[in-house]
Amino acid sequence: MRPFNYLAPTRLDEALSLLTPQAVPLAGGTDLFLRMERRQTQPDTVVDLKRIPGMDGVEAVDGGIRIGALALMETLAASPLISDPYDALAQSARVVGSIQTRNRATVGGNLANASPAADTATPLMALGATVEAADAGGTREIPLDELFLGPGRTALREGELLTAVRVPALPARAGSGFQRCVRTAMDIAVVNCAAFVQLDEDGVVAEARIALGAVGPTPLRAPAAENRLEGRRFDPAAAEEAADCAAEDARAIDDVRASADYRREMVRVLTRRAVGNAFRRAQGEA
Amino acid sequence: MAGERIAITVTVNGEDYREEVPATRSLLDFLRDDLALTGTKEGCGEGECGACSVILDGRLVDACLVFAAEADGRRVETIEGLADGGDLHPLQRAFAATGAAQCGYCTPGMLMACKALLDGNPSPTHDEAAQGIAGNLCRCTGYGTIIQAVMDAAEES
Repeated sequence: MRPFNYLAPTRLDEALSLLTPQAVPLAGGTDLFLRMERRQTQPDTVVDLKRIPGMDGVEAVDGGIRIGALALMETLAASPLISDPYDALAQSARVVGSIQTRNRATVGGNLANASPAADTATPLMALGATVEAADAGGTREIPLDELFLGPGRTALREGELLTAVRVPALPARAGSGFQRCVRTAMDIAVVNCAAFVQLDEDGVVAEARIALGAVGPTPLRAPAAENRLEGRRFDPAAAEEAADCAAEDARAIDDVRASADYRREMVRVLTRRAVGNAFRRAQGEA
Repeated sequence: MAGERIAITVTVNGEDYREEVPATRSLLDFLRDDLALTGTKEGCGEGECGACSVILDGRLVDACLVFAAEADGRRVETIEGLADGGDLHPLQRAFAATGAAQCGYCTPGMLMACKALLDGNPSPTHDEAAQGIAGNLCRCTGYGTIIQAVMDAAEES
């Protein structure tokens, strides 16, 4: 590993002033450490964020929640503020890597790394999340739909740090579901899928959001599948049609984990199940 | 400046160690090379196998993916601290009694994973025990006897 300068500021403004183009922020390090060891990233300076107080919690804000960027996967998995209302998010955090990884990996790192397979990205997209991005000039909010530009590339500007994730209040008669397909338990997802539905008083879908992971250069929304659900009541045919649309929305490729054809088929299966989970929760059955 | 050594103080198994380390030093290498605590093993070196599992401020982590500098001011528990002097920990006794160690290379990390599990959940189900060691690979003993040892130790304590 190339030598570097390790800094551990205790204030956010101090950390932001240290994030020069040759510096990288360090959260859990489960991705960064290996990239540095393989010399894929060779920073002059590593700015460890973990000494900054208050960046690793989950709090209720405006009916929704605000998750600090340094919140651990284990924190997300265990938080009562998340595990019931935002079921898809809690489930996604529980399946990231091993307990050793979940005790280090953070939600901010999972998003800022911009892996197309990031497990918390799809549920957060389906739940309508935004991220807070801070730099020396202030803080702005970026809708998660606009954060990912490509594998490892985000809309964060140079010197800008992802400091928190905001998930809006869960409306009445709404629910979410998460599904994932892997080769082995510790592997990253071959495909993952999260669905969110909100029903009106008659049980008709007022809004649907479906997000797909590992089937494109970024986690992506499935607009055709969402449109197919809106205005419908839940029945198996509706879930089936949305699943077919999602398979069309996917931009799957062949790689070491699976073929594009297999991925599209898995998108169909996982979307059908995730939509079913979301409906059942929206109807108060799960 | 890059390459400068960093002074850190880490509490390992209740004892404070003050050392100067390069920023590139992993917690694993710090334990093994600087402190000569070689019970913690390196397996894959990339956070897949769990052989280097230690408990950092109460949480099980892979020491190969932590910079030693990140452990400054923190508490680390390693396999060397598991027994109380000559008295084996209930998990160690159970591992011995059930034959849950064969070649033994995964055993220190496995025992720390089991300790972390029982610290948080003193009476795990079989599935919870299996989940607790899901980040620890064993290629010879087999997980059956290891899970049995966890269940036996949980019953004993």
